[in-house]
Amino acid sequence: MLKHVTRSFLMMAVMTILTGLVYPLAMTGLAEGLLPFQAHGSLVRADGRVIGSELIEQPFSAPRYFYGRPSATTPPDNAASSGGSNLGPTSRTLALRVRAAAAKLARQNPGREVPVDLVTTSGSGVDPDITPAGALFQVPRVAAARGLPESMVRALVLSHIDEPVLGLIGEPHVNVLRLNLALDRVAALHQRTMMR
Amino acid sequence: MSFHGWVQIILYCLSILVCVKPLGTYMARVFAGEKVFLSPIVRPLERTVYRLCGINPDQEQHWTSYTTAMLVFSLMAFLFTYAIQRLQGILPFNPQHMAAVAPDLSFNTAVSFASNTNWQAYSGETTLSYFTQMAALTVQNFVSAAAGIALAVALIRGFMRSQTKTLGNFWTDLTRTTLYILLPLSIVVAIALVILGVPQNLDPYTHVITLSGAKQLIAQGPVASQVAIKQLGTNGGGFFNANSSFPFENPNALSNFIEVWAILVISAALTYTFGVMINDRRQGWALFAVMSLFFVTGTAVTYWAESHPSLAITQPHVDTAHSALQTGGNMEGKEVRFGIVNSAIWANATTDASNGSVNAMMDSFTPIGGLVPLINMQLGEIVFGGVGSGLYGMLLFAILAVFIAGLMVGRTPEYLGKKIEAREVKMAMLAILILPMSILGFTAVASELPAALTSLANSGPHGFSEILYAYTSGTANNGSAFAGLNANTPFWNTTVGLSMLIGRFLFIVPMMAVAGSLGEKKIIPASAGTFPTTGLLWVGLLTGVILIVGGLTFFPALALGPIAEHFAMMAGKLY
Repeated sequence: MLKHVTRSFLMMAVMTILTGLVYPLAMTGLAEGLLPFQAHGSLVRADGRVIGSELIEQPFSAPRYFYGRPSATTPPDNAASSGGSNLGPTSRTLALRVRAAAAKLARQNPGREVPVDLVTTSGSGVDPDITPAGALFQVPRVAAARGLPESMVRALVLSHIDEPVLGLIGEPHVNVLRLNLALDRVAALHQRTMMR
Repeated sequence: MSFHGWVQIILYCLSILVCVKPLGTYMARVFAGEKVFLSPIVRPLERTVYRLCGINPDQEQHWTSYTTAMLVFSLMAFLFTYAIQRLQGILPFNPQHMAAVAPDLSFNTAVSFASNTNWQAYSGETTLSYFTQMAALTVQNFVSAAAGIALAVALIRGFMRSQTKTLGNFWTDLTRTTLYILLPLSIVVAIALVILGVPQNLDPYTHVITLSGAKQLIAQGPVASQVAIKQLGTNGGGFFNANSSFPFENPNALSNFIEVWAILVISAALTYTFGVMINDRRQGWALFAVMSLFFVTGTAVTYWAESHPSLAITQPHVDTAHSALQTGGNMEGKEVRFGIVNSAIWANATTDASNGSVNAMMDSFTPIGGLVPLINMQLGEIVFGGVGSGLYGMLLFAILAVFIAGLMVGRTPEYLGKKIEAREVKMAMLAILILPMSILGFTAVASELPAALTSLANSGPHGFSEILYAYTSGTANNGSAFAGLNANTPFWNTTVGLSMLIGRFLFIVPMMAVAGSLGEKKIIPASAGTFPTTGLLWVGLLTGVILIVGGLTFFPALALGPIAEHFAMMAGKLY
């Protein structure tokens, strides 16, 4: 019995060093050395400062930007305390929340049905993507707020759709942060052309 | 549902299928101590481990000694994990200055990881330092998985050996599994995940001012190395609270594909290892066939159920229809990049195995969508199952199945040339009965206690489902949750902790007793009167026994939870 105890202790000590320190630290060294962008969280810079991660949703509430999905975290889009709403299929709380969110979006874009991803919260609370339907739905509002032709904004959305890998794995989606960054660039360019 | 969705399900199944033979063969060679292509690199390391721990790798152990070694080792693992959490405030790699984890939560997490459950009462990014993530959780992900595989190998030796009192050496099996199987696979998967965008650093959390001027704090850490083994070792405890739905754990469809592949690949290949070791590959394929049948059926049902919106999100102005521009369906708690089908595949893989990681919040699944994962776990996670534990669970069902077949025709049952007698059947049944005892017992108690009920996030039948799910997940050592339940209270931390201990350790003692008594028997050659344990008849019989013996026990409880909720939902009732 004592032999089992000593061996267990030694085995745990050896495994802690090997799989708990050597393995993760070696992976960290390798990742940071060879793939620094991914290793540090795919951080995006604009004007020389970090403005977020392209993998993490950030809040957009101004009409001139595309909105992401609602978030169940406190505060919304909390990338340091993640989680979903965990409200069930017969939850009255969930029903009321979805109804209110849909009514609000429908008012901004009358006559169009609201894509379901824009009124449901994600599992993580920081889903960086919306569906192509969810992006196209917002085109009239964004175009009006920016004073841009709808066709131009629509084309921008279409060029930002990430298709499934090899056309097979995954679902088509649009990264909201990348789309909004591109939108800022296009709008600035458009303004300069118009002024000329 | 769409053609594209079904294609993804088929692709997933193929990705597992092609690995069964090569990985299964490789593992059989490792367990036999034969030379493999990694030997030149790993062998010196293996010898060093034996030397440091004072192990004679060729010393055989009786089943009692083998089991005791495993139990004492698990206790030691528990103590290490508990101590590191309690001391993390003064340990290194703690840029966020996380304080010591509370005693009840430390107990729960330590039990959880030592028993290969990985239930998340903790929230990684707000509670644990990088040191705890690496030196406590990552280590447990390796060794608890390796211990499970070791036990399965011991049971297989009980079948393959004739008139022996020994089943191998626990320390050797543990070391070989870690060094030759888990570690190399983890390194490959971790690198692939970093390439696809999973972070791997020791940085403090990043403060950013977002594009629209808001402040955002972004968690960081050595994520890829943890996620790789969390998937491969069917552990499932997340680096982050939201587990693999969090983009840093699972940034895109390709990382998702790799991670969900990693859940089942080792368990699936172990059926082939079994076939190689007992020198009859058809026996392994028969078990694989039964498992696949359950997996494909479960996934198809979940995919169908989740493709329809739940009652709660069926509201005016909401478009839930599938089209080329959106997946539609029940998107509450799901990520856009995975959509419905990848969430359905994951939900099944994770509960068929004892993984318990999630890429969508199952609490928000439709009643039928949530029913399937519950059943998967209640069957004992023998559909591929946890690494090792799935196979030994399935073999106990096989023993029961030949016993029942024997009763029907009035012959002494045999399995793989071993006479199945009263002792084996009693022990197998004892192990299998421990699950319902713990699941239903704890659920009944918690349903009556106000201290337990304050933790529920949903009311009505869904609230009951949350309780049932918690003890099912704990006892089955799964670790996934209907996560609305606030499990981080002294009551839940303690009782779920106990259910994990019961589910893991009370199960393995009778299972190893079977292994020991089988090893002592002679192998008798098959005769005309032997019931064949390959082929369609056997697959059907085994499937039936699993459903009737394993599943039916839970039907009344399921009727009160998800089934009642389904009919309430059809009638338009909200709670």
